[in-house]
Amino acid sequence: MAFEPVLTQNVGKPGILTVAGYRDAGGYAALRKALGMTPAEVIEEVKKSGLRGRGGAGFPAGVKWGFVPADTDQPKYLVCNADESEPGTFKDRLLMEKDPHQLLEGCAICCWAVGANTTYIYIRGEYTEAADILEEAIRDAYREGILGDDVLGSGFKLDIQVHRGAGAYICGEETGLLESLEGRRGQPRVKPPFPAIVGAFGKPTVINNVETLCNVPHILTRGADWFRGIGTDERNTGPKLYCISGHVERPGTYEVPIGVTLDELIDLAGGMHKGRALKAFIPGGASAAILPASQSHLNMDFDSLAKAGSMLGSAAVVVMDETTCLVRATWRLAKFFSHESCGQCTPCREGTNWMQMTLKRIEDGHGSEADAELILRMSRNMSGTALCALADAAVGPVQSLVTNFREEVDEHIRRGGCPLPPVPFFENGASH
Amino acid sequence: MADAPLPSREELLVGVRERLAPLRDRYPTTEALTIPALHFAQALCGGWLPEAAIDAVAEELQLAPASVYGVVTFYDLFHLSPVGRHRLRVCTNLPCMLRGADEIMAAIRDELGVGEGEVTADGRCSYTHFECLGSCDTAPMMMLDQEYRENLTPDSVRRILKELD
Ligand SMILES: Cc1cc2nc3c(=O)[nH]c(=O)nc-3n(C[C@H](O)[C@H](O)[C@H](O)COP(=O)(O)O)c2cc1C
Ligand code: SF4
Ligand code: FES
Repeated sequence: MAFEPVLTQNVGKPGILTVAGYRDAGGYAALRKALGMTPAEVIEEVKKSGLRGRGGAGFPAGVKWGFVPADTDQPKYLVCNADESEPGTFKDRLLMEKDPHQLLEGCAICCWAVGANTTYIYIRGEYTEAADILEEAIRDAYREGILGDDVLGSGFKLDIQVHRGAGAYICGEETGLLESLEGRRGQPRVKPPFPAIVGAFGKPTVINNVETLCNVPHILTRGADWFRGIGTDERNTGPKLYCISGHVERPGTYEVPIGVTLDELIDLAGGMHKGRALKAFIPGGASAAILPASQSHLNMDFDSLAKAGSMLGSAAVVVMDETTCLVRATWRLAKFFSHESCGQCTPCREGTNWMQMTLKRIEDGHGSEADAELILRMSRNMSGTALCALADAAVGPVQSLVTNFREEVDEHIRRGGCPLPPVPFFENGASH
Repeated sequence: MADAPLPSREELLVGVRERLAPLRDRYPTTEALTIPALHFAQALCGGWLPEAAIDAVAEELQLAPASVYGVVTFYDLFHLSPVGRHRLRVCTNLPCMLRGADEIMAAIRDELGVGEGEVTADGRCSYTHFECLGSCDTAPMMMLDQEYRENLTPDSVRRILKELD
């Protein structure tokens, strides 16, 4: 069955950044439809679709919306997570820059469903272009009566505000994000209470990823059954954006039914860089376990990847060819996590640093025979012992290096150095 | 080594207040304005936050200067010391590394003749490596001031540096 893009169907259409252009493409019909339904009916439809969060954890969106208390006088909030800092991930940027009204429409439908009158779009500080485009789209939407005191003449009130972050991966973690939004250091909170009950400014809050919310208008217009018909099975439904980077000919964002295999994705991306052989890949961003080439036939969906000991995460697929030193690659990720640990929990603060130092010494030829076991022990001590999932994320790639590529680690230690010196990417290299 | 003189305390207070005015009724607390206020203050000070700027933000939002300082130190986009007139943030995370980010860093080091985090003698440039900037499909890449520069090569990055004012 040929697959027509859904989330990226408007990319490149002239005028699509304006309300008028978006309307011409059929936009804001879903919001109008939702406003004619009861909030409970909207939540039910999203539940039925099986839509799972696209930010990393894969939690069912409709179920999350259902946790927000319906009968309360408190203000409620929607926070759209546009922090997109997971290494390898660049899909949300595309959605915001190329079709901002699709996101605004998704936010508006979510707010109607949970009874929120304010959305904050928390966007990473580096995404200045996306933030400018969103702000312009929001101004237009106010002018056109889509936002403000009387959304599409329904009497429903909705404000959307873009909030720019300032450079910190941990602000993508939902409670770190809330701390940051409230004006503090982005240090994650203890859960429970969950944000649905005590979230932004102490009030009930839904937090959803950009791509998750962009799916919502399509579920409303085309129906939950249509959505469920796309994907691997009833637990893994809908269209999905995969970000493919690294050693392929055409890195980029590709929209396909959830559950594509790596082999299919590499084909879409024009094949391996310079026709080299695949060595390993990361299916879901820096936090996911690294898999060997032999797993390239797996369906990259939530459950199939979890079964293989990795995860779909943010669907950031990093492809590494036969010239790649996996110790060095993993060290770079470990260094990232060490830099980004917020420092509240000892196992995470200390463990991430020890991991990167251990990998560095192995790569530099000073590894000892006990190091592989040391890494596994550190991984155990960091798993499930810290406040948020960053510690587990840091364990993901590092532990998989030892479990899936033990021979390469041992060879570094045996030889007293890297058996795979870096191959220059550019023909002439950098001049010296 | 920022070449423009820093704004006075009064100018800072007025400047930050002006820019915050349209945001005030958008949040239920004033503390939520901390990060927006710091962005505004940093822009007024040529890309970094001298103590006076942190004090001005604290005063304007009625927060303790120490807590505002704590916020500043948490985020990579805020700077506590002067930066070059142009700032290069070069992504060296894995997807960029796989496509030659280290060669880009080497070319920049050669061209500017200073180390990471230092400012060139004429105050023109400073550079640092950075974590993933969400543009791995156009790797290797960097952020030049507020702009993304993508699909870099050692040659193109040298050319970009030569053309900077
Ligand atoms: C360390 C860490 C970083 C995260 N970064 C992001 C991010 O950049 N973007 C995002 O949408 N979710 C991120 N998440 C997941 C969020 O905590 C949260 O699960 C998500 O925003 C919920 O939205 P969803 O259900 O629509 O996926 C991160 C989680 C962790 C633990
Ligand atoms: S696990 Fe790490 S990042 Fe998360 S709260 Fe603890 S120290 Fe901070
Ligand atoms: S790794 Fe460089 S932009 Fe993502």
